[in-house]
Amino acid sequence: MIEIKKLHKSYPMGKDSLHVLKGLDLEIKEGEFVSIMGASGSGKSTLLNILGLLDTHDEGEYFLNGQKIEKLNEKKAAVLRNKFLGFVFQSFNLITYKTALENVAMPLYYKGLGRKERQEVALDYLDKVGLKDWANHLPSELSGGQKQRVAIARALVTQPKVVLADEPTGALDSVTSGSVMELLTKINNEGMTILVITHEEEIAAMTKRIVRLRDGVITSDVKPKKLQKA
Amino acid sequence: MFDIGRWQEIFQSISKNKLRTSLGAFTVTLGIFIFTVLFGMGNGLKNTFDKFFSDDATNTIFIWSGRTSKAYKGFKEGRQIQFENEDLELLRKELGDKIEYITPRVYKSVQATRKNESGAYTMRAVFPDHQFLEKTIIDEGKFIDERDVKNKSRVVVIGRLVEQDLFKNESALGKFIELNGLAYKVVGIFSDAGGDNEERLIYAPVSTIQLIHMNTEDIDQINLSFNKAMGVAGAKKMVSDISKILKKKHNVAREDTSGIRVRSVFDDYQQNMQFANMLQIIVLFIGIGTLMAGAIAIGNIMVFVVKERTKELGIRKALGATPSSIVGLILQESVFITAIAGYIGILIAMFALSRMGNNLEDYFITNPQVNQSTIFWATVILILVGALAGYVPARRAARIKPVVALSDD
Repeated sequence: MIEIKKLHKSYPMGKDSLHVLKGLDLEIKEGEFVSIMGASGSGKSTLLNILGLLDTHDEGEYFLNGQKIEKLNEKKAAVLRNKFLGFVFQSFNLITYKTALENVAMPLYYKGLGRKERQEVALDYLDKVGLKDWANHLPSELSGGQKQRVAIARALVTQPKVVLADEPTGALDSVTSGSVMELLTKINNEGMTILVITHEEEIAAMTKRIVRLRDGVITSDVKPKKLQKA
Repeated sequence: MFDIGRWQEIFQSISKNKLRTSLGAFTVTLGIFIFTVLFGMGNGLKNTFDKFFSDDATNTIFIWSGRTSKAYKGFKEGRQIQFENEDLELLRKELGDKIEYITPRVYKSVQATRKNESGAYTMRAVFPDHQFLEKTIIDEGKFIDERDVKNKSRVVVIGRLVEQDLFKNESALGKFIELNGLAYKVVGIFSDAGGDNEERLIYAPVSTIQLIHMNTEDIDQINLSFNKAMGVAGAKKMVSDISKILKKKHNVAREDTSGIRVRSVFDDYQQNMQFANMLQIIVLFIGIGTLMAGAIAIGNIMVFVVKERTKELGIRKALGATPSSIVGLILQESVFITAIAGYIGILIAMFALSRMGNNLEDYFITNPQVNQSTIFWATVILILVGALAGYVPARRAARIKPVVALSDD
């Protein structure tokens, strides 16, 4: 589903440049539930932005769903994001003046669906994350866990190939974090490929494959045994 | 433009961000209000100006005779030229339908008496056409007509102030007054925008006065107006033709400027129009300046709006919004707010102008108004201004990298 080969990325820092990703090789197959671990500055957010087509890579190759990603203009990137990718962010990134339902329906608007259809599909997905009764509430009226569930529904609503989650539990307490991770696991069990970025061991432990990143290189790539059994 | 989904987005964005929207809208409303009021007052100034010069018809030509200043064809200089009825007939014959109105003028100083009241006035003996050349307004009765001239009737049309002097609060219409001892019937009372002096005149048929008071066919002056369809060049040629015809008949040298004098308001008229146009340009300049200030204000607000919405736009982009859809969203919202707010400004301004009415006449502003086409163009400009003001920030918004926008907490 996702394949990167010798991926490099640098950011200009004044006269010098900061080499963030130093030749990463990674392959993620359909249906995997992968966590990418690393301390801050390890390059994990940069990797996620590149995988999410929010940023471009300097060198190496990136294949998304078998399609080589290169020389993307903004418009193409937008279309690919809408078609293949779902995002879940640490700070939820819901639009504050829109209700839960409208937030979930938004990607469908950019996909070109009619208003009625958007609302129906969005309501289905809200139901899936257990928030059907909260459809007409604004984000400010929801708890952190609920907000993240709305964000997850929004990520899923276009039936993407991959869900990219950047520290999805970073702003949540441990109980809520657990339930959000359970939700992600459930979705993964239904066949969705999920990539989680985290710096928390407990969260990583709930995924099925852990990739550790340090100073821009992959230091380990393991599949926890207890999960392999399950 | 006809994307219902986008309109829904815009209405939601407006209704959920009332403060931001009303701030922007208020600026536009104010800008257009000032523009429209200024423009209306400019028109009011022009109206006042037009009124000043509206007394006499603007296409009038005046012809006087005097003493010659040059010896010519055996005649000595200093000879007095005297017009007669046949001079007027000659012009009529030669110029034909180039003449719109024509009248002779004979001046007479008269002592007017009615019962115990009496006073000295100037009498003008004229043709019916004089009414149109002088823009005389008939308040009661009629002006001198063709029958009066033909029958040499002893009738007069008197000014409003003459009636006031001699008749006090009574109506003079149908009554008789004595002019230098002879009785004349008052058949009309007139007023004139030219002021008090014009309203102290007495008009009589030229034939009557020539018969009774002079027993000659002499006339003091000829006034005529040219047919406006001729245009500037035609009118100028006509002025010089008149001069040639009369100078030839009276044996006056062509270069002689005092034997026969022809003057047209046409030259003045051109100058007046230039002045009026200059005035309009100044008003337009101020108006456009105000509009531009408004546009810059909207631009500022849209920059602020984009800044405030950076994160939202980043989210939209992450969810699949293309740059052009972002530009469209911001632009359409900007144009929509500008058009609505601007239109409200126009309506308020028109209301203000109509309330103002003629209250500012002392300050040279008469009937300040804006016409339909001004409103139409103001609306077009509004939409353009809204588009322009929205475009730059919208482009910037479309260029925001989602990764930057999303990290902007």
